Amino acid sequence: MRSNPADYQLVAPASLQAVVSLLAAEPGAWLPIAGGTDVMVQYAAGKLPARKLVSIWNLPELRRIEVSPEEIRIGAGCTYTDLREHEVVQSEFSLLARAAAWTGGIANQNRGTLGGNIVNASPAADSLPALLVYDAELILISVRGERRVPYKDFHTGYKKTKLASDELVRAVCLARRFSGYLAYTRKVGARNAQAISKVCIAALGRRASGVVEDVRIALGSVAPVPLRLAETERLVTGKPVEPSLLVSAKRVAIAEIQPIDDIRSTARYRAAVAGNLVAEFLEKIGEN
Amino acid sequence: MTESLSLEIRALHEVSLTVNGELKTVRAYPMERLLDVLRHQLGLTGAKEGCGEGECGSCSVLLNDALVNSCLVPVLQAKDADIVTIEGLAAGVQLDVLQEAFLKSGGAQCGICTPGMILAAHHLLRRKPNPTTEEIREGLSGNLCRCTGYIQIVEAVAEAARRRAAA
Repeated sequence: MRSNPADYQLVAPASLQAVVSLLAAEPGAWLPIAGGTDVMVQYAAGKLPARKLVSIWNLPELRRIEVSPEEIRIGAGCTYTDLREHEVVQSEFSLLARAAAWTGGIANQNRGTLGGNIVNASPAADSLPALLVYDAELILISVRGERRVPYKDFHTGYKKTKLASDELVRAVCLARRFSGYLAYTRKVGARNAQAISKVCIAALGRRASGVVEDVRIALGSVAPVPLRLAETERLVTGKPVEPSLLVSAKRVAIAEIQPIDDIRSTARYRAAVAGNLVAEFLEKIGEN
Repeated sequence: MTESLSLEIRALHEVSLTVNGELKTVRAYPMERLLDVLRHQLGLTGAKEGCGEGECGSCSVLLNDALVNSCLVPVLQAKDADIVTIEGLAAGVQLDVLQEAFLKSGGAQCGICTPGMILAAHHLLRRKPNPTTEEIREGLSGNLCRCTGYIQIVEAVAEAARRRAAA
């Protein structure tokens, strides 16, 4: 059943400060809306629980990408188009640029934001495995001030986060220390565009003296939250890439994930694909 | 938020926006979809409602030069924006090169997806005047057609790019 616009409030404060003041005045009452690619879909379906919305679309404080020698700080209101067109994101954080390029079609990339993808907290979100392997940190803002939290601790369960009811994600910080890594990412879905992932992977790896020196592997759509494969990483670190390692890495990876059957795929298919993606990534490190 | 402000917010708003070069002011609820305002208040029925959830692209318009699905834009977010719909592409009775190419190549059948397809193609050609076939397919990947099988559409965009380059 479609929603009636007369039943909803929407305000568009001119500054970030005004937005967080509004959130603080009535914690939990106001739902932030950026490009609407998630919120308007729920609204269209009559499934939007909030009746009061506050627009954060195009707030200048949220739409900047700041580059310092140590890190890149991406405003939460930056769109997928902003990400895929940014030079430093392309060159040093290619996993994120590529995830941005295959999230939805062009129109949704022009409106969907990184902050929205984080807060919506879908286990199938394409940009989140990349944030995990880059050790992203989030800057959260409220009238109480700012706090910086590691992204890996932010998602606490299916569609659950540590965001307080008066807080907003302000920016995502990525340390500039991964340019020497091999970057590997793949999305497996029904089609390349406009399809939500059955499984997606983002991984970074480095080989030295014939062995895997460092490795970071994250998967989407295989657990209630985007998942870093800590056991698999431990298993392969310090070892040469050999066929036997691929077999054991696959086994450990499959044991680490908790895929489910749903409308997009089955647990069995997801497990098989996840194992194969991990093995393909390790093969690429071996060739590197 | 005081109660009086809440009541005021719930009321109809005056929203000014530029549509196809003309400044328009509409009275709308802030959460009304840009698509509905264009079609019902401004009589611009070129943008179509297909899925109503941002999957099919038949409601595509340009908002400040960016391709967007107008079914996902609350009209308040289009305040003071510059909107271009399919009605704004032709110069009077002179069709745009893209429109001519779609006609010539048979890129339109039932026509529901065509306005969005052409705007997506227009958005692509402004950024990439000489796109590869792969780039054309990517540029149109958010626009679904259930009639043509896409081949003629991709050919139409390539033809329009060639004609623009030759002009």
